[in-house]
Amino acid sequence: MTFLFATLFYISLGVLIVGVALKIRQYWKTPAPLKIPTMPAPTTQAGVVFRMAREVILFESLFRSTKWTWMFGWMFHFGLLLAFVRHLRYVMSPDFILWPLINNWLVQFAGQYASLMILFGLLGLLARRIFVDRVRYISAPSDYLMLILLLVITVSGIMMSFVTPIDIVSLKAFMMDLITLDSGHELPVSVPLVIHLGLVALLALIFPFSKLLHAPGLFFSPSRNQVDNPRERRHISDWAKKLES
Amino acid sequence: MAKPDFEIPELKLDTEVPALKEGTMAHSSPFIAKPEHQEPLGFPGELVEDWHDRAIGKMGDLLGKYRGLQVYLDSCVKCGSCTDKCHYFLGTSDPKNMPVGRQDLLRKVYRRYFTFAGKYFPWLVGAEDLTRETLDEWYSYYHQCSQCRRCSVFCPYGIDTAEISMAAREILDDVGMGQKYCNEIIAKVFRIGNNLGLPEPALADTLEGLEEDVLEDDGVDVKYPLDVKGADILLVTPSADFFAEPHVDGLIGYGKVFHEAGLSWTLSSHASEAANFGMFIGSYENMRNVSMRIREAALDLGVKRIVFGECGHAWRVAYSFLNTLAGPFDFLDPKYPVPQHILEVTHDLIQRDAIKLDPSANDDMILTFHDSCNVARATRMGPKPGGQFTIPREVIKASVNRFVDMAPETIHDSTYCCGGGGGLLTDDLMELRVKGAVPRMDALKRVIEEDGVTHMAAICAICKSQFTKVLPYYGMGMDMIVSVHQLVSNAIVLGAKK
Repeated sequence: MTFLFATLFYISLGVLIVGVALKIRQYWKTPAPLKIPTMPAPTTQAGVVFRMAREVILFESLFRSTKWTWMFGWMFHFGLLLAFVRHLRYVMSPDFILWPLINNWLVQFAGQYASLMILFGLLGLLARRIFVDRVRYISAPSDYLMLILLLVITVSGIMMSFVTPIDIVSLKAFMMDLITLDSGHELPVSVPLVIHLGLVALLALIFPFSKLLHAPGLFFSPSRNQVDNPRERRHISDWAKKLES
Repeated sequence: MAKPDFEIPELKLDTEVPALKEGTMAHSSPFIAKPEHQEPLGFPGELVEDWHDRAIGKMGDLLGKYRGLQVYLDSCVKCGSCTDKCHYFLGTSDPKNMPVGRQDLLRKVYRRYFTFAGKYFPWLVGAEDLTRETLDEWYSYYHQCSQCRRCSVFCPYGIDTAEISMAAREILDDVGMGQKYCNEIIAKVFRIGNNLGLPEPALADTLEGLEEDVLEDDGVDVKYPLDVKGADILLVTPSADFFAEPHVDGLIGYGKVFHEAGLSWTLSSHASEAANFGMFIGSYENMRNVSMRIREAALDLGVKRIVFGECGHAWRVAYSFLNTLAGPFDFLDPKYPVPQHILEVTHDLIQRDAIKLDPSANDDMILTFHDSCNVARATRMGPKPGGQFTIPREVIKASVNRFVDMAPETIHDSTYCCGGGGGLLTDDLMELRVKGAVPRMDALKRVIEEDGVTHMAAICAICKSQFTKVLPYYGMGMDMIVSVHQLVSNAIVLGAKK
């Protein structure tokens, strides 16, 4: 089991990093030949950073659109961030510079209870997908499965955190082995842990091939990341430039 | 108005989100372009034999040329945020008119041929093969999108269905399934210089007629010059302004503003069209070829500034794309932005007290204002973001005494399309146009009932034509629609500054 999970982790992490990097490279290299920001748009680069920050942190456009989806979606994502930060403790040596920050009582407490926020958000999003006829119409099997996958990860995590604690010291020893390319510490096998880790690895595996690409995608969205200055500065792509000769 | 063969929706004061009714608009499809409409644009005359491979090839080509298309096709999470934002969905209940429903028609093919998940697990992610039926479905539903970008405002990733519908239309053109209305018009611009096919003598005649009308009505010799070399300003305006109502009253207004401010200006017979339907069909090359006529005219006439008349998508191409397509404009006077909107010019003259307006001349009207989708969500006016909302309103308020805005969720960047934009202003799409106007009609009805509004001002040739045609279906008068510069024209005091 230890060997199996060690292999799975290296593969899924590799696929995640290489896959997303290739996607980002593709977005980066594909030109945006015309100025198409959704107006009113900022007239400076700093303004664009501020607009993008509002989208990434607050989900501003979604908030303007539908308060329910915004609430469930924001709770899920913000909860995920808190839980992620809490998890860093399991892959960080106590002499690492960030250790005091991550091992902070408040960070650990918030990260633990964020799991309930995640659960609530996911259940809300799933309910919307099932009960709102418009959202049901646009949902493919993968859209439901993605939510179910995240739900099972969340519930198995909650189980370990609140109901049947696992041997976290051994788990950390196993994780540190993975990081330091060492071996010798066994994975403390338990049902919720195997489910939790296995599905997280699956999530990493499918990330570059799924709609989870919305995460890097947002930063490359021309309707959000372009400056409104077409009259002041000529914007021309390489392929369009060739038409001029 | 001919008796319609479809049911006219009942207006509410607040637009309701309808329950889905699948396939209600599956029959809606505009006339297909004939070979003579296709070939001048560089497209095959009819459906090519290898349409399947050619369509997939073109999709790959576009994915490599447009970052937006690539990112938008990947990023949608099916959150449903856009599903109740499209006027065509609200008016027809057809789920394929929900922005994401429309995008998915292309996305399912993209996934099948260009993504790992769609190649190996098509059932899982809703990926589908490209079939002959898919092409027909694209043709139908990508001609039920007016490219107004309202969905893009509310999408958490800014996914712009306009970009996807433009790409779909370009693929269709490339396999020989073009739309007659757009492509016939673009060919006309290449041949004659404007969408309506008005040759130079007809233009000269029309403008002479306008001069006589103004002289008769106002007793002032306002000139409407054509092809005057050495004029300072080249005015490029939609050709509908030359004869359609209420467009022409706007053109009369532009002339009076220039006259009163003492500005030297001219129209051009070579670039006698502000509209650029190349945008509607998503064709960069055609859009560029149409735009180049403006550059050529500016160089030929030796003008110092370029000013655009009232037209929505034209202002998008002008403001956002002209510098890209036909620039750089370093031969023009650097003191002025290139190009300018006529409303920026008039607004500035009002601010500087260089023209005098008497709003009581419009006291027979209570006005509201329809923000045109392209102006609102794809352009700007003036130096500050949002000037596209404030500048037209300030000019209207300087010209009339009574002005009321429609409901906040239907104006500014939340404005609803008139229902006829994006190359759909054609009689073979009348049902779509009438139903797509519902959200705007609802909001208009409310201010009519609650505030006694009598007229709605517009700054887009398509909006003006669309409303003129559609209002009677809802029991409202076609003459409710006025040009903004028609109001200016009524209010301007000629000779006040002499």
